[in-house]
Amino acid sequence: MNAPEKIAVTSVDANNLPEKGDVAMTDETSAPVILTVKNLVKHYDSRKGLWGRLTGKPGNLVSAVNGANLIIRQGETVGLIGESGCGKSTLGRTLLRLHEPTSGEINFNGIDIVGLSDLEMKDMRQHMQIMFQDPYASLNPRKTIEEIIGLPLKLRGELTNQEIRQHVEDIAKDVGLKVEHLNRYPHQFSGGQRQRIGIARALIMKPKFVVCDEPVSALDVSIQAQVTQLLLKLKQQYRLTYLFVSHDISVIGYISDSVAVMYLGEIVEYGPTRKILHHPQHPYTKALLSAVPRMSHKSAPADRVQLKGDLPSPLNLPSGCKFHPRCPVATERCTAEAPVTVIIQDNHQVACHLASSE
Amino acid sequence: MTTKLSERSDPILRVSDLQTNFATRAGIVTAVDGVSLDVYSGESLGVVGESGSGKSVTFASVMGLIKHPGKITRGSIDFLGQNILNFSEKQYQQMRGKDIAMTMQDALTALNPAFTVGDQILEVILVHDDDLSGSRRQKKQQAYQKALDMMNLVGIPSAESRMDDYPHQFSGGMRQRIMIAIALACKPRLLIADEPTTALDVTIQAQVLELIARIRKDLGMSVVLITHDLGVVSEYCDHVVVMYAGQIVESGPTAEVIKTPAHPYTRGLLSSIPSLDDLDRIIEPIPGQVPELINLPEGCRFYSRCSFATDACQKTIDMVSVAEERQVRCILKAGEY
Repeated sequence: MNAPEKIAVTSVDANNLPEKGDVAMTDETSAPVILTVKNLVKHYDSRKGLWGRLTGKPGNLVSAVNGANLIIRQGETVGLIGESGCGKSTLGRTLLRLHEPTSGEINFNGIDIVGLSDLEMKDMRQHMQIMFQDPYASLNPRKTIEEIIGLPLKLRGELTNQEIRQHVEDIAKDVGLKVEHLNRYPHQFSGGQRQRIGIARALIMKPKFVVCDEPVSALDVSIQAQVTQLLLKLKQQYRLTYLFVSHDISVIGYISDSVAVMYLGEIVEYGPTRKILHHPQHPYTKALLSAVPRMSHKSAPADRVQLKGDLPSPLNLPSGCKFHPRCPVATERCTAEAPVTVIIQDNHQVACHLASSE
Repeated sequence: MTTKLSERSDPILRVSDLQTNFATRAGIVTAVDGVSLDVYSGESLGVVGESGSGKSVTFASVMGLIKHPGKITRGSIDFLGQNILNFSEKQYQQMRGKDIAMTMQDALTALNPAFTVGDQILEVILVHDDDLSGSRRQKKQQAYQKALDMMNLVGIPSAESRMDDYPHQFSGGMRQRIMIAIALACKPRLLIADEPTTALDVTIQAQVLELIARIRKDLGMSVVLITHDLGVVSEYCDHVVVMYAGQIVESGPTAEVIKTPAHPYTRGLLSSIPSLDDLDRIIEPIPGQVPELINLPEGCRFYSRCSFATDACQKTIDMVSVAEERQVRCILKAGEY
């Protein structure tokens, strides 16, 4: 929350961004921008109860998202990584206005959706969907699979029951469910199959943009791979754009074209996957990557960057660069002055005083 | 690091042919079926498997924590030369926390919310530590000092003031450390860490695993690390056993198992994990899902998901030796497929 940062980020304009170069896995370098997020802020007022409201005392502000900026191109998968509590899920949900943003701009296909009325937003939502982490909590136990998957179509009220059934059957096949599964209830399915149901529900409206909120994190390793491959297949088939939120950096590295690294509500580094994973610039990204245990290591590497302590409370954010209390290379400047987001190379941007353009 | 079999002394823990059943309304579920493994002094053993593979139940059996409707129906568990399966509850209580300690996956439910963390560490020391001497008050003072040392050892900042805090006042990583502090308070010979880092972020995971590795080295302790993360096993374990549907399907020195997996399941696991070292490698999921333990196939339990399965796989398959220290439960030996 500081002036220089805001100014700097508004200058990161979609049209001024250089081409993506040799690093893209799929060729969407010239693809149009589908989603632009500018300076998105989401604060929660932690003041609770009648007394707080009556006395009108200002409550504590939890700064979950703190001026996030993102540009997502059509057909791209953007991975969003960070520790739990860094605001990555909140960001994903605020993008769909499942949480109302405190301030900032969310431009989807040329429309600023922050200003839309509820009714207009309802129309917009068919293009923007979400799949959730917990395949147990996100499905209504009293509804059959057909009802769960078909509900979005039914709510639109444009199709007959028979047409809806046909759509549900088609999408069920696409996600690897059988037609005879459709009359069963969620408890009759394993975690992996439930996640497929959640995916079918998210895709039934043929959305353009899907927020995947840790869709494979709750699954066993072998099932995780099945669902990951399914998501990649569906992305091609339905021409989707994903924002893939996960704390599993290996999965993000596998599925994403670009990676955004989030720390305490801010995106501290953003760029093509290979740039971020092979040449990270922000000390936090370096620490995150270095902490991932790898099968290629015979023992824990001696030069592993060990971060001190936990993520600070979002109730009481550090001054200057928010990472400075845990940063192994912090200087005095970092404690006082918040870094500005700079583009160091191609599409690679980073918010750190020590990162210089190469 | 890895010591050869011939150079090692007797194992401090030897589990032989362990079978643990649970009686359910639908019938008997064999959660652990014929598990045999050794843990040697000062060594760390990784136990890998997906949920329901029996890895936690195996070590709950070792700790004497299997209660009705569960029952250990076959096998033996020898710890420091004693068959602990014949132990009375009192003998178990003397052993648990003193010679073997276990940390649970979910630290918030494992810690008692009604007592301060200081009291919970103190309790273990007061019950088990024979070095305390003097009057009750003096003993308590010594125990307090030891508890404080443990809090410092596991790296809890401003330990003295935090002794009086309750579990909910700590973050997930700190709670896991407190549980490790309780487990290590009496310097056990063997630490069983059940998914110590599964709920934690990678940065905190690195801190906790480093902590366990350092204490293991300092105390000469043996560690069993139950996990589903092969990266963690590769970095922190000398040996590994891979479990599937209640059985061990492969065991051996970690580096060798990861380099040349002998069982098709191990191979499938390895190729279904994306690697940060090689972003171009396409992951290959294992098709299908783990069979229900109540309705297991006759022969190889991996049969229905295995791309190398033949008719011969439908009979009971035993563990066979494929190389020094390496065993696999598969009729196709490494290299044959």
